[in-house]
Amino acid sequence: MRSFSELINKLLLTSSRNRKVDVLCDYFKNAPDPDRGFTLAIITNSLEIKNIPISKIKEIVRETVDEELFALSYDYVGDLAETISLIWPNKENGNLPQISKMISILKNINKNELTRKIHSFLSIANETERWALIKLISGGLRIGVSSRLAKTALAKFGEKKLDDIEKIWHGIDPPYENLFKWLCDSGPFPEIDLKNTFNPMMLANPLEDKDFINLNCNNFVAEWKWDGIRVQIIINDTKVKIFSRTGDDISLSFPEIKTLEKNMVILDGELLVGRNHIPMNFNSLQQRLNRKKVSLKHIDDFPAFVKLYDILYLNNDDLREKNWEERRNLLENWYYKNKNEFFDLSKIINFNSWKNLTAIRKNEIIDEQHEGLMIKRKSSPYISGRPKGHWYKWKKDPKTVDAILMYAVRGHGKRSSYYSDFTFGLWDGNQLSPIGKAYFGFNDNELKILDKFVRNNTIKKYGPVREVEKTFVIEVAFDSVNSSTRHKSGVALRFPRIKRLREDKPTSEVIQLCEFKLEFL
Amino acid sequence: MKWINENLYISPINTYIDPSKPVENAIITHGHADHAKPGHKNVLATKETINIMKIRYGENCAQNFQELTLNKTLKIDDIKITFYPAGHILGSVQVLAEYKGERINFTGDYKTKKDKTCENFEPVKCHTLVTEATFGLPVFQHPNEHNEIKKLLRSLELFPKRPHLVGVYALGKAQRIIGLLRQQRYDKEIFIHGALEKLCNYYVEEKIFLGKFLKTNLKDKKVYQGEIILAPPSSIKNVWSRKFEDPIICQASGWMSIKQRAKQSLVELPLIISDHADWNELTQYIKLTGAENVYVTHGREEAIVHWCKLNQINGLALSLSGREDEEDL
Ligand SMILES: [Zn+2]
Repeated sequence: MRSFSELINKLLLTSSRNRKVDVLCDYFKNAPDPDRGFTLAIITNSLEIKNIPISKIKEIVRETVDEELFALSYDYVGDLAETISLIWPNKENGNLPQISKMISILKNINKNELTRKIHSFLSIANETERWALIKLISGGLRIGVSSRLAKTALAKFGEKKLDDIEKIWHGIDPPYENLFKWLCDSGPFPEIDLKNTFNPMMLANPLEDKDFINLNCNNFVAEWKWDGIRVQIIINDTKVKIFSRTGDDISLSFPEIKTLEKNMVILDGELLVGRNHIPMNFNSLQQRLNRKKVSLKHIDDFPAFVKLYDILYLNNDDLREKNWEERRNLLENWYYKNKNEFFDLSKIINFNSWKNLTAIRKNEIIDEQHEGLMIKRKSSPYISGRPKGHWYKWKKDPKTVDAILMYAVRGHGKRSSYYSDFTFGLWDGNQLSPIGKAYFGFNDNELKILDKFVRNNTIKKYGPVREVEKTFVIEVAFDSVNSSTRHKSGVALRFPRIKRLREDKPTSEVIQLCEFKLEFL
Repeated sequence: MKWINENLYISPINTYIDPSKPVENAIITHGHADHAKPGHKNVLATKETINIMKIRYGENCAQNFQELTLNKTLKIDDIKITFYPAGHILGSVQVLAEYKGERINFTGDYKTKKDKTCENFEPVKCHTLVTEATFGLPVFQHPNEHNEIKKLLRSLELFPKRPHLVGVYALGKAQRIIGLLRQQRYDKEIFIHGALEKLCNYYVEEKIFLGKFLKTNLKDKKVYQGEIILAPPSSIKNVWSRKFEDPIICQASGWMSIKQRAKQSLVELPLIISDHADWNELTQYIKLTGAENVYVTHGREEAIVHWCKLNQINGLALSLSGREDEEDL
């Protein structure tokens, strides 16, 4: 555990990307198998220890440390793993097991020995090991290392091409001994099972105004950007596998999607719920997400289907090098041959000038269905990642509302010393009703103003939450509003962010919740 | 505290302790800027604190200076004042005030750990303790300072080409770091930012061993390869630091135990070395004084007050304004 904890500590404190790559290379060089493979899995979020709830850890700490002192400390430090690692008062002699052993112990720990074991680990660990251990248990290291960066380090370490690593990445498993063998030139290029392996998707860059001037509209096509979730579908011998954009297998959540097709194909599309290929709002789709067991009633109420955007493989042939037009032809052929209720083709929008497309975006967007437009270069191959100059997303304009700042909590990571998570609300009669939370959108200077306001205008504290004087108006931008039974206000904003500070505005000019609902819901 | 109010004002003798604005009579616990202000009429302090004030603010930064030696009692009317070493920086004291048999001790800033660059801390029994709480949260448990210094030396071995820029507070911390390096038998010259020079010289005058130190006015960047350079944290963040090629940014401060905080200040090598008492020192000292009442001047006062309650001691936060988190500069 020592070298793992020192590695992630170093990665956290190193800000230069190149140096991080060096630090990782160094680790891969010196750490034995399978430790380095398990570390790689943790860093790239490919392995999670989900069986120990973080509440259990808190409980163990609370038995040892006064609750109020813990709350004050957590409020100050802002990071749970750090707070626990620093506050833990007990010391025991010994060494923690290596990372690979630790993972296996944690994964197989049984309930009866959980408290005793964790207690003892926390006491044996030094402060950095404790921090690393809790990060390991709670998942999500937040050390500023993307899986892309980890792969870059692997490529450098093995003197191999990054793209080759990307291609096999989703087909190999921790502790990646075949990968490290190949990287060390003592094994072949790992073979992967195409039929079960997610391929990294091609993503779009936001369209900026200056792009228009430089782009020739004849070289591009446009499609709706549907408001669902982007998926990759692998069909083989009538079996359907569905992956989310991040490569998670979500097939079990959508068992109804079927096909009689026997030939292997990999498709790219948008998963939506609705009838006759008319999408319902995102709220309805959410009813279907993150469910392990799906009831028939759910499938009946919120039937899923896929709008097809692209095709990556057909009969084991990799089509990704072909340009969009060729791929679109193949996609259309496949679609017409395999037409059924679960598959729909994403429509191509005809336009003859950017001005024309601007008008279409303005007039034809259906709020509940579209997030905006996708603009794709006809000559582009399918390139994984977010390559520049190929695909653009042109989102619809956000909506805005002036609201009153109500509560604030300190942020995480970089922002742990700032109050940077804000709850805001609208009038409901002469009371305020919270309608949402936002933790970005503002610049550094605005953050300082908000932080200062919170510190100087706190009227009550609830643990880490500060209630503030209801005098500060902020302009909130959001993509859409859904009705919600989980929120007292009855509304849930999507993608809310703080657009501007309106300290100038009196709170009496903020609208009533019922007016808001009338206008946006 | 009938004869002393929440502004640390001793009414029977019309005297403030560490006042944040110019007053007629001031007792100054130590030379840090948030405790020692210029412009008072009469200042009572140790010889070292008076000298430090003069170095920082000029000879005439107060009309009259009166020295008081450690452990000697000065009687002013019915009040007895005694200075005890606070172990914080050179010249720093705790101020014990006695009136009609009641003893109130003002800690100023203090640490109980040993420090070769100043008098070591001495505990004082009292009825009422007025304490700092800069690191008054149980998450602050400062590690052994020699091990922290070894981290710096290890990094120099690992990166023999990279200059090691260490952010330090100019008064106290800078000299302590140099002293700690010398204790580890690091005998090369140590480079210092110009802002540290006068105070380093003064420490030497007071017979504190710092070895050889040099100002960083050399043009050739190669000179600094693999060297230790001390500078105020603010200089490390500004253009001054550009004269060093590919430096490792280090910072010596008690706050560095919080990794997120180190990361925020772009510190690559945090050295957890503090001139303030940590949680254990604070709470142990409160117990040791036998005080029935504890007043917290500045820092994380909520937690200390809560701890007092748990230990059946009357605790109260004074939340004095104008006190910064010294080591945070
Ligand atoms: Zn001080």
